[in-house]
Amino acid sequence: MSVHIERNEAPVLPQATPLTLINDTGHAVAGDGTGGFELPEPEILKSLYRRMVVARRFDTQVTALTRQGRLATYPSALGQEACEIGSVMALRTSDWLFPTYRDTIALLTRGISPADILEAFRGDWHSGYDPKAHRTAPAATPLATQALHAVGLGTAARLKGDNTVALTFLGDGATSEGDAHEAFNFAAVWQAPVIFMVQNNQFAISVPLKKQTHARMLADKAVGYGMPGYRVDGNDAAAVYAVVSAAVERARSGHGPTLIEGLTYRIEAHTNSDDPSRYRSNDDVLAWKARDPIERLEKYLVSQNLLSEDDRSAIAAEAESLAGDIRDAMNAEVEIDPLSLFDHVYAEPRPALLEQRQFLADELSASEDKS
Amino acid sequence: MSAPTHTAPGEADSTVEQTAPKPTTMTAALNQALRDELAADPDVVIFGEDVGPLGGVFRITDRLQAEFGDDRVWDSPLAEAGIIGTAIGMAMYGMRPVVEMQFDAFSFPAFEQIVSHLAKERNRTKGRLSMPIVVRIPCAGGIGGVEHHSDSSEAYWIHTPGLTVVTPSNPADAYSMLREAIRSDDPVIFMEPKSRYWSKDTLSLPVQTAPMTKASVVQEGSDVTLLSYGPTVKTALEAARLGEGEGLSVEVIDLRSLSPFDDETVSASVRKTSRAAVIHEAAQFGGYGAEVAARVTERNFFHLSAPVLRITGFDIPFPSPKLEEFHLPTAERVLAALDTWEWEV
Repeated sequence: MSVHIERNEAPVLPQATPLTLINDTGHAVAGDGTGGFELPEPEILKSLYRRMVVARRFDTQVTALTRQGRLATYPSALGQEACEIGSVMALRTSDWLFPTYRDTIALLTRGISPADILEAFRGDWHSGYDPKAHRTAPAATPLATQALHAVGLGTAARLKGDNTVALTFLGDGATSEGDAHEAFNFAAVWQAPVIFMVQNNQFAISVPLKKQTHARMLADKAVGYGMPGYRVDGNDAAAVYAVVSAAVERARSGHGPTLIEGLTYRIEAHTNSDDPSRYRSNDDVLAWKARDPIERLEKYLVSQNLLSEDDRSAIAAEAESLAGDIRDAMNAEVEIDPLSLFDHVYAEPRPALLEQRQFLADELSASEDKS
Repeated sequence: MSAPTHTAPGEADSTVEQTAPKPTTMTAALNQALRDELAADPDVVIFGEDVGPLGGVFRITDRLQAEFGDDRVWDSPLAEAGIIGTAIGMAMYGMRPVVEMQFDAFSFPAFEQIVSHLAKERNRTKGRLSMPIVVRIPCAGGIGGVEHHSDSSEAYWIHTPGLTVVTPSNPADAYSMLREAIRSDDPVIFMEPKSRYWSKDTLSLPVQTAPMTKASVVQEGSDVTLLSYGPTVKTALEAARLGEGEGLSVEVIDLRSLSPFDDETVSASVRKTSRAAVIHEAAQFGGYGAEVAARVTERNFFHLSAPVLRITGFDIPFPSPKLEEFHLPTAERVLAALDTWEWEV
């Protein structure tokens, strides 16, 4: 095993027409339009649908709680369910995910509890879940930095003889960052088992894609690095799952990284502090709502008799139960020990930090005596 | 130098055979430390720019790729953020990367990866992730380097909680501290003073000196404490020799660890001498010396006979090679600074 693998194939040139397997009207695309990708099995499609419905309930519930002041901030992923869940479903539990702050529903799909996911947004601790237990890195806030971590982890796995794959989410804005370039380049040179899933949701906070890049499309970026690039309809969970699955298989068998651009749209604001009416028209939002990833898969499943009324009520019940869990968790007052400020800074406790800890402890007990 | 005890660090060291005493440069000592850790722990990997066949621009990684293979030691693309960022991912998967930044100022493209991720991963994940990464940075001036090759970046790193920042000043410490840094579960910024790379000690390797977080008293004295580190330990020792000719008894401390700061050793010395001065190459304003002076004063004010002084580089961008001798602190400048104190009590 070596970090250096010779190039063994010409990179696939991305197609401008996004790959779609189930179109806006809920019909399966046939013939040449599928780029050789096949519709996932019915069980996969049902699972994608169920997880998207539950994830949307998660998102709407958390947005509501944020408006009530229960969370400090929340970056909604509403409308991006197909990209998030289609990608994560293509991974094995032994693979690693490198998320950003907007990928909370991907974390949910990884099996991380809502309370742990939301710990950071509530303001209790910077990251609430165990990265090793869930093979999921802490969500990154600086843009594109986590893509390099994914490349490092994938490379380490290969050097240790494991077939672990790393997938990282990036936004359209993140592709302008230097770290994205370095990650793409390192991954290609080292042939790292990494998938760069670029969720092109059209805006980096308020800046539209045309002010972000002069490239024909973000998938084109792959070509310059010598890796395959794909453009996929990011509101089509079936297509996202199919393309990411192929990239994961490619990475797992030692053929290196893939860059995928998922065309989608952020329906809600960037976060609760943002006013999207200042930079985009309501017509655009309505046009994208008409391409809703959940509705289109639902239409397809119903048309194929794969989704019964019983299935739908069971899924709705699961979503409501999750929403209740979220309300319970976020409405519960959590006591945070102020002295935990000094925890986990170093592996070995430092005398100077222990002094500062004692200072705070004395201050706290003095204020307790007063009250 | 800290007193060598001639024992190897750790117990899993059967791979390391004691060598006969011989003149050893700091570069050779660092090279041997890397070799011994590569042999002792299969999770240790080395990568960076030019560290492979070339053996690093200062030959610190000389022959390591030939001996351990390109799975353990390899050349990365030329990108410092990429080097630190990928090392972070490797650490998440259980590896212990030792990476090189080649020159001080070349570490600046990696600033965000170091301060926003490397330093914080343990804290933000409640201790669930460790970052056992050593970032080797050849640092400071005195070798006639062109622009961006002679800076001192320590103030940026010591201001970042989560990092350990150490700098050896001699071959024995270089060997011992680097091995300890690689075994640390915390990220270590390991600053190697370029002007001391070719300094020699007569050494038998492996050698274990004091723990890397401890300062060492390299010369005892009773009138003044000079606090130095890395490249300025030599300057401080020269100042001590010159001072001796003038009847001044100078105690010289090599801080070795910049963060954490060894208050105990420093305060004990300052209370003995009642005077202290700190010497560094970096610019003075907002520099490491400001932290040292404040800290020494806060803890020892009533034991001090005079304000703590700073003898440093000027507050200018690091100068071009033909002018650096006017910028870098010298022993004469140290003594002149000490002369500004009121010595009659």
